[in-house]
Amino acid sequence: MGFYVAQLLTGLANASSLFLIACGLSIIFGVTRIVNFAHGSFYMVGAYLAYSIVALFPDSILGFWGGVIAAALIVGLLGLIVEMTILRRIYHAPELFQLVATFGVLLIIQDMTLAIWGAADKLGPRAPGLDSAVRIMGEPIPEYDLALILIGPAVLAGIWLVFHRTRWGVLVRAATQDREMVGALGVNQAWLFSAAFVLGAALAGLGGAIQIPREAVSLQMDLSVIGDAFVVVVIGGMGSVSGAFVAAVLISVLNAFAILVFPQISIVLPFVVMAVVLIVRPYGLFGKEGSGHGAPTEPEQPLRLLSSRATLVLMALVFALAASPVVVSDFASILLVDVMVATLFAVSLHFMMGLGGMVSFGHAAYFGVGAYGAAMASNYLGLPMMPAMIVGPLAAAAAALFFGWFCVRLSGVYLAMLTLAAAQILWGVTFQSQAYTGGDDGILGIWPAAWASSDQAYFYVAFVLCIGGIWFLRRVAHSPFGYGLRGIRDSDVRAEAIGMDVKFHQWMGFALAGTMAGVAGVVFAFSKGSVFPDVLGIAQSVDGLIMVLLGGIHALAGPILGAGVFVLIEDWVSRLDYWRFIFGMIILGVVLLAPDGVAGGVDRLLRALGLRREGQA
Amino acid sequence: MNEMRRKIMGALAALPMLGMIPGAAQAQETILIGEINSYTALPAFTEPYKKGWTLALEEINAAGGVNGAMLEIISRDDTGNPANAIRIAEEMISRDGAVMLFGGFLSNIGLALADFAKQKQVFFLASEPLSDALVWSKGNRYTYRLRPSTHMQAAMLAEQAAKLDKKKWATVAPNYAYGKDAVAAFKSELTKLQPDVEWVAEQWPPLFKIDAGSTVRALEQAKPDAIYNVTFGGDLAKFVRQGSLRFLFEDRVVTSLLSGEPEYLDPLGAEAPEGWIVTGYPGMDIDTPEHEAFGTAYIERWGEAPKTGSIVGYNSVLSIKAALEKAGSTDTEALLAAMEGLEVPSSPTGPFFYRAADHQSTMGAYVGTTALVDGKPRMVDWFYADGANYLPSEEEAAKLRPAE
Repeated sequence: MGFYVAQLLTGLANASSLFLIACGLSIIFGVTRIVNFAHGSFYMVGAYLAYSIVALFPDSILGFWGGVIAAALIVGLLGLIVEMTILRRIYHAPELFQLVATFGVLLIIQDMTLAIWGAADKLGPRAPGLDSAVRIMGEPIPEYDLALILIGPAVLAGIWLVFHRTRWGVLVRAATQDREMVGALGVNQAWLFSAAFVLGAALAGLGGAIQIPREAVSLQMDLSVIGDAFVVVVIGGMGSVSGAFVAAVLISVLNAFAILVFPQISIVLPFVVMAVVLIVRPYGLFGKEGSGHGAPTEPEQPLRLLSSRATLVLMALVFALAASPVVVSDFASILLVDVMVATLFAVSLHFMMGLGGMVSFGHAAYFGVGAYGAAMASNYLGLPMMPAMIVGPLAAAAAALFFGWFCVRLSGVYLAMLTLAAAQILWGVTFQSQAYTGGDDGILGIWPAAWASSDQAYFYVAFVLCIGGIWFLRRVAHSPFGYGLRGIRDSDVRAEAIGMDVKFHQWMGFALAGTMAGVAGVVFAFSKGSVFPDVLGIAQSVDGLIMVLLGGIHALAGPILGAGVFVLIEDWVSRLDYWRFIFGMIILGVVLLAPDGVAGGVDRLLRALGLRREGQA
Repeated sequence: MNEMRRKIMGALAALPMLGMIPGAAQAQETILIGEINSYTALPAFTEPYKKGWTLALEEINAAGGVNGAMLEIISRDDTGNPANAIRIAEEMISRDGAVMLFGGFLSNIGLALADFAKQKQVFFLASEPLSDALVWSKGNRYTYRLRPSTHMQAAMLAEQAAKLDKKKWATVAPNYAYGKDAVAAFKSELTKLQPDVEWVAEQWPPLFKIDAGSTVRALEQAKPDAIYNVTFGGDLAKFVRQGSLRFLFEDRVVTSLLSGEPEYLDPLGAEAPEGWIVTGYPGMDIDTPEHEAFGTAYIERWGEAPKTGSIVGYNSVLSIKAALEKAGSTDTEALLAAMEGLEVPSSPTGPFFYRAADHQSTMGAYVGTTALVDGKPRMVDWFYADGANYLPSEEEAAKLRPAE
């Protein structure tokens, strides 16, 4: 009995830490509708700051807690700087575009932390006065864990009081429900948004600072926490602070007991719980309908067919690409294959997000299934390259049909997070099934057939599949099916009223996007010769998302520009020291100069130069 | 802002040309070598490594280079992603004209580069990846590996563990290939030496995301006599702190893989556990003349004590120099022929050679006990375990490799 109580208390202590990170994220999303990728960075900076400040006052109880609070306040200030200099300028950009900016901030903070605190892990002191364990029912429980168990609910109570007993809190709650109305009533939104962002950032900093007696402060902290924080926010319901608390307790306690039975479960447990919750409750435990959407944005311009001049330019570019292996070096052909793979991947994601209105945080799932499908077909069935290249997209289609069926029942960020859960579960299975997938040692020796093994020959294989895929998706966008998909995106109620089967339409759109991502995955697998679980991972999904958003979600050319810019810049800057800082600054630069993405920026540039008339798209 | 825009646009405009510049003609007296590692993903280990190989490179060139030519190393960050590592390798080989590749820390990147080396028929010296698969189940004729593998280091610990005569063992390892290999190797080696051993619990926390409190409780519940730990980095710090808070290590022996490496031991500071049996690197306590010369030069160059990565980086370049000298050319076939049984007669860790049968070097590791000396964590009572004694015989090892 004592053992289970001890395990429960351990779970509750973990829940408190998780809650502190997640509640800030939830508040920021609730008010500003920003999906804040940099939240983990605030958490990490909080921990580093607390480490440095607390070290100034060794063995002082006041010094320790004062240091923790000071760290949280400084992180709040950092949040204010980020909000005022960057985010405030792009609130009117398309939904989720702010996510790109926070991704840039994440990269910058990673390198600045490395530059300031160095590469080695830092182990902070134990909390003075709470540095040993007490026996509860005969089991040793660290005193600090007991303190954490109290701090979580105390912070929850504090937030509740602020939200229910102060005017500012009432405004925050009002903005969470309907920020247009709050603005219409004369409330200064800029001020409200800044305050919410600062509060959220400070809470993340507090969450990090409070971790220093429990874990070494390291440069991996930001990415290791961000996924779980999102999961907690979504399970609880976006914008619901008490929901976040319940979700944190649920996940932490489940994990504490589950590892007794299945020691390997930790890698997927939060995502499995999230998938189950979202399937049963489409808005999380305490979320309200519509809580997963950003502010209503202006309806998009309808897509137009290219003018004849634009078509000529496009054709010329495609021919130039086709002819490029003759003139450029071998390595340029290899780099161009990477660019084409990324472009098809981004275009397929854009098909889902831009045309279908279904945002995906887990599009890598289908890219990865395509890659693994081809790799396993070639490895286990001994299929030659061409048949294996057919198996991959079929496998991706099957996976997209299966997961898509569940996903299209949701909308907004909830849909996005369910796609992420699907990707993470697939990743976990691939990672764990060492006997079939090689685990993280991957599958090796997936090289092209002899006739395609030269860099030039494979370039043409990739060219046919990728450019063909992009052309096909473009055709579909202009087909009746594509019109239907866009109609549903703009108004699902009206689409349904005119007799369209909305869910079926979306399901098929989802499956098509997944299949084409699978084609990209197949080309990728044979160009690299090996596949590893990374291809299904969050980083791959996020790269795709950044390419689509950076390129401009409203234009068909957006993902093409976004992918090209992203791959080429990354290849270029990663040669430099502190390249993540530079890359982050470039992203922020693009975001601020072109809040409608690269495509929108190019469009405005052409107009400004008089090369394009109004009304042309 | 305008200037910023111009800069960005200028940079963007220049980008497509990057790939198209034909490889600059190499001056005849340099030998160009490509180096790839996870510099941004794992700076704690790869920074000392880079300092190590840079020092060796500078020393060699100061002494006149190799075969009358200067060595030049182009080094790139793989961003922790195997696909990027492959692209960079392609660029180094096809555009820069590197004659060989070395590097790698993460096992999956090591495996991806090894497979690339096989496909493109270039020589690849895997410096740091520990995976057994690299030289055994997925070994190939173009890939050699320097650092003592997971199996070797686990066997070193198993030898010490068998002397303790503890019956009930529990294991804790990060849930990925390295952790799994390390546990499997330790189990099989210890069972060989001590057939009555019992394995009472195993924990597999996710890498860098250990729920240390729950893991410690789960191990405690099994009441083992001894614990074998494979966690490292941030996971190790959390595990040690929660374990000591909850008395997990009271009256229990712990054997711990790699925990004696300064990269992992130093951050624990005064909380470093005492009496753990570990593999690692005792740093400046090693008093052989070769190591003292290396250590002094290293401290002079970088202003800090060498770490395990420094040794690996340094020995990598020593190996490459030896291979180039023996081959007398930079031709891949000549290099591969030179690598078979290549001896590195003098290195900071002593002599070692590359086994022809499985392409593994016999560079060893240091086995000792952790202790606090003046409040600082150190390895004490250590000895150098020569890698050759912890490898299967060359005949057996050859059977572990795929037929070519």
